[in-house]
Amino acid sequence: MLLSLTVLLLFQCLGEGLSYLFRLPVPGPVVGMLLLLVFLMARPRAADAIEPTANELLRHLSLLFVPAGVGIMVSASALRGNLLAIVLAIIVSTTLSIAVTALVMRALMQRHREGSAR
Amino acid sequence: MTAFPQINAIWVYLAASPLLGLTITLFAYLIAQWIYARCQFNPLANPVLIAVAILVAVLQISRTPYPTYFEGAQFVHFLLGPATVALALPLYRQLGNLRKLAAPLIVALVAGSMTAIVSAVAIASWLGASKQTIASLAPKSATTPIAMAVATSIGGIPSLTAVLVISTGIFGAAFARVILNALRVTEPEARGFALGVASHGIGTARAFQVSQQMGAFAGLGMGLNGILTSILVPLVVPMLTAWL
Repeated sequence: MLLSLTVLLLFQCLGEGLSYLFRLPVPGPVVGMLLLLVFLMARPRAADAIEPTANELLRHLSLLFVPAGVGIMVSASALRGNLLAIVLAIIVSTTLSIAVTALVMRALMQRHREGSAR
Repeated sequence: MTAFPQINAIWVYLAASPLLGLTITLFAYLIAQWIYARCQFNPLANPVLIAVAILVAVLQISRTPYPTYFEGAQFVHFLLGPATVALALPLYRQLGNLRKLAAPLIVALVAGSMTAIVSAVAIASWLGASKQTIASLAPKSATTPIAMAVATSIGGIPSLTAVLVISTGIFGAAFARVILNALRVTEPEARGFALGVASHGIGTARAFQVSQQMGAFAGLGMGLNGILTSILVPLVVPMLTAWL
C-alpha cells in the first residue's frame, strides 16, 4: 500500500510539474492520470500491485469532495441575484447533457455492433 | 453554550487543532453513508450532499469559521489528487473496451460537452443573468480546477464557478439514474460516460458506487470533458453571448 501510494503521488508530482512547465490548461492530477495510464500500458504487471490501493481510494471518492463542498456552501452568498436563472440553467443543462451524451453513445454503440456483426 | 462552560472550553481547545475538523468530516460522511444505505443506495440520498449539509449545520451552530475546519479537513481534500491519478487503473482495465468504442466515445463527448455549455449559456441569458454569471456558469460540467481557470479567462468569478460546479455534480449524481432510466439507456458504458461528462468527479464517484466498469467510463468522461471544456468555452461562449 505504501509503495502504491508513493507511485500515485509520484505521478501526481510529474503531472503537476508538466502542467506548470508547459502552462497546460489541464490540472496536474489529470496529466498524472494520463501518464500513469501510459506507464501501465508499458508495464502491465505494475497494475496488479497498484490496483488494491487505487480501488480503495476510488471507493471513497465521494468523501474526498466533502471538504470543498462545505467551503462552497458556506460561501454560497455569492449566489444572490440571478438565483432562478442559475438554478434552472443547472437543472436543465445538466439533464440535457446527460441525455445527449448517453443517447449519442448508445446510438453509435448499436451501429458499431451491427457493423462488426455483419 | 454558557450553561455548559466545560463543554465549550473542550470544544474551543479541540477546534484549535486539525484533529476535530478531520474527525467530524469522517463522522458526517459515515452518517451520510448510513442514510444512503438505508435508502437502498438511492442516488437522491447523495452522500456528498448529506455530509455537506451536516457539516455546514455543525459549523454554523458551533460558529466555527471555515478556515479552522479546513485545517483538519484538508487531509481528506488532499487525497483528491492521488485519487484522480488512481483513475488510470480502472481505465487501464477497460482499455480493450475503450479502444473498441473510441469513435462513439469521441462523438458523444463532443455532443455532450457542447450541449452542457450552449444550453447553460442560453438558459441563463434568456432568464436575464449577468455576463459575469453566464461566464461563471459556462464551464460548470468540467472538474473544479479546470472550470475555475476557464471561467476566470472569460471574465467569470472563480468562487461562483466553484459553487456551480459542485451543484452540477450533486444534481447529476442524484438525478442521472432517473434521466437515464426514462430514456431506457441500459448500457453501463453509456450511463457511466454520460455521468462523467455532465457531472465530473461527483458523478464519477456515484458511478463507482454502481460498478467498476461504469466508474471507469465516468472517469474517462470527466477527464476528457475537462480538457474539451477548456478548449471549447473560450471559443464558443464569446460568440454565443454576442449572438444571444
